[in-house]
Amino acid sequence: MDYIKAFVIGGLICVIGQLLMDGTKLTPAHILVAFVTSGAILGALGIYEPIVEFGGTGATIPLTGFGYSLAKGAIDSVKKAGILGAFTGGIESTAGGVAAAVVFGYIMAVIFNPKSKK
Amino acid sequence: MAIKKIGTQTVKFDSPPIITGTSSTVGPKEGEGPLSQYFDVILKDDLYGEKSWELAESKMLRETAKLAVENANRKLSDMEYMFSGDLLNQLMSASFAARDLAIPFFGLYGACSTMTQSLSLGAMIIDGGYADNLIALTSSHFSSAERQFRFPLEHGNQRKLTAQWTVTGAGAAVVSSLGDGPQIDYVTTGKVVDLGIKDINNMGAAMAPAAADTIVKHFEDTGLPTNYYDLILTGDLGQIGKEITEELVLDKGYNILKNYNDCGLLIFDNGAQDTHAGGSGCGCSATVFCGYIYKEMMKRNLNKILLISTGALMSVTSSQQGESIPGIAHAVSIINQGS
Amino acid sequence: MKKQITRISKEKEYEEYVNKKVPKPAYLKNSLWAFLVGGIICTIAQFILNILRNSGLNKTDANTVTVIIMVFLGAFLTGLGIYDKITQKAGAGAIVPISGFANSIVSPAMEFKREGYVLGIGAKLFSVAGPVLVYGFGSSVILGLLYYFFTR
Repeated sequence: MDYIKAFVIGGLICVIGQLLMDGTKLTPAHILVAFVTSGAILGALGIYEPIVEFGGTGATIPLTGFGYSLAKGAIDSVKKAGILGAFTGGIESTAGGVAAAVVFGYIMAVIFNPKSKK
Repeated sequence: MAIKKIGTQTVKFDSPPIITGTSSTVGPKEGEGPLSQYFDVILKDDLYGEKSWELAESKMLRETAKLAVENANRKLSDMEYMFSGDLLNQLMSASFAARDLAIPFFGLYGACSTMTQSLSLGAMIIDGGYADNLIALTSSHFSSAERQFRFPLEHGNQRKLTAQWTVTGAGAAVVSSLGDGPQIDYVTTGKVVDLGIKDINNMGAAMAPAAADTIVKHFEDTGLPTNYYDLILTGDLGQIGKEITEELVLDKGYNILKNYNDCGLLIFDNGAQDTHAGGSGCGCSATVFCGYIYKEMMKRNLNKILLISTGALMSVTSSQQGESIPGIAHAVSIINQGS
Repeated sequence: MKKQITRISKEKEYEEYVNKKVPKPAYLKNSLWAFLVGGIICTIAQFILNILRNSGLNKTDANTVTVIIMVFLGAFLTGLGIYDKITQKAGAGAIVPISGFANSIVSPAMEFKREGYVLGIGAKLFSVAGPVLVYGFGSSVILGLLYYFFTR
C-alpha cells in the first residue's frame, strides 16, 4: 500500500512541476528553487507534514521534501536550542543529502565524461 | 564615389567574384540527415580526436579550409585573406584555425549569419581589386554551443517544441577574381532588426523580421522579380521562422512562397531526427550552401540562388539581463556563369 | 514595386502574432510521463526505505540514507549518460526528485572538467545546485527565526 501512496503522491508533485515547465518559461533550475522554497514554507506552516505522513517517499524524495526537511529541522532545533537552532537546524537535518550530492557529484564528474547527443 | 552601390543596402559587382571551390564537414547526426551525400567529410566522432569540443570545432574549420582550397585547385599560400567567425566567445574556433593556417585574418562575429557576412566582405575585397583569392568560412558545434549558450550536455531538461538543434559542421568557400564556378552578383547587407522576442528557445521568430527586411531590401534595391531566383534560402530560421518570414515578405508585396526554403529545414529530418523546429548555428547555412547548394549549382540543377544567412545577436549576458534578441541577415546573390 | 503599409510592426503585435504560430506543448502527454516516471522514482525510494526500516534503522536515519542512495543513483546515471535521456521524456518527473538535483550537480561539473579541478569541477558543481541551496538554506533560517519570534 505504501508503494501505491508513494507512487501517486510523488507522481502528482512531479506533474505540478511539469505543468509549470510547459505553461511558463521557467527553466529546470527555477523549478528546483521554487520547489525547495515552497516545500520549506509548506513545511513551516504544517501543511506538508500530513502529506509526508501519507505519501512517505512520494513526499520526501521530490525537492519539496528537501525544503520540508530544512524547515522542520530549523523549527525543531529552535524548540531545543533557541535562536541558534534557526541557523543550525535546517542544514543539520539535510547534511547527509547535501554532503552525498557534493561527494558523489565530484566523484562522478571525475570518472565520467559528457557524451555528445545524437 | 560609391559607384557600385545600388539602392540603399545593396552592392552590384562590376566584375563579379567567383566561388571557385567549397568544402563542408559535418558531425555524425548531420551525416545521417537527408543531405548526407553532399558533404565532403562526415565525422564519426564529433570530438574529432581532440580533447575538447572547442578544439574539435576549430580543427573542423581548419581542415575544411584546407579541403576547400584544394577543391578550388589552389594552394593555401594563394589565400590572401581569411574571413571567418563562429559562435564561441572571442571566436575561439576561427582564431585558433587562423593561427594554424597562417592566412591574413579578419575575425567576424555575425552569430549564425557569418557565412554570408564573410562571403559579402570577401566578394567586396575581390571586386575592389584588393586580392585575387581568399577564403570565407564558418563553423558551429552542437556540444560547444550548447555548453556556452544553454545547459551542460548531461543536464536533464526537456527541449521546447520551438527549440532548434545547433548543427555540428563547418563550411568554407574560396572566392577568386578568376576561375570556374558560380559568381556573386549582388550582396545586400542587413540591418539589425529586433521586434522584442526574448525567448531563446524561439530564435526563428526573433530572426525572421531581420530576414524578411533584408529579402525585401534586396528586391527593392535590385528591382529583380522574386521568381528570378531558383531558390531563396534563409540560414537557420526553422519551421516557425520560415512561416513568419514568408508572411512578412508577402506583407510587403513580394511573393516568395514558391521558391523559398530554409537551410535549417533541409539539413535534418525534423520528425525522424527529433530536432524539433530545425537546425541552427553558423554551420547550418555554411554546410548546406558549401555542400548541397554548391554541388547542385555545379551540376546546373540550380542556377540562381539568394542565400540569406540569419543571426541572433544575443549573448548569455544579454538574455540573462532580460534583453530581447536582435536579429541580423545578409543576402548574397549567387548565379551560375552564363545562366 | 509598391511599398505597402506594414501591419506587423509593433513589438506587441508581433509577439501576439508569434504566439499564434508557436505549437502548444503536449500538456497531457508530458504530464502523464512526469507522473509515471516521478511516481516510479518515488516508489523505488520507498522500496529502499522499507528495506532500511526492516533492517532496524530508525525513521530519521532511514530517510537520510534513502536520500543519500537516491542522490548516488541520480549522479551515477548522469555519469553513464542515461539521466538526461530519461529527463527528455519524463521532464519534471525526473527533474523534481532529489535524483534530478544530483543530475544538476554532476552534469555541469563533468562538462567543465577541462577547465580544471578547482575552477572547472569545483566551481561548476554548484552552477545549478547553488541557487537551490541558497534559497533552501536561506528560507530555512528565515522560517526558523520567524518561528522563534512568533511562537513564544
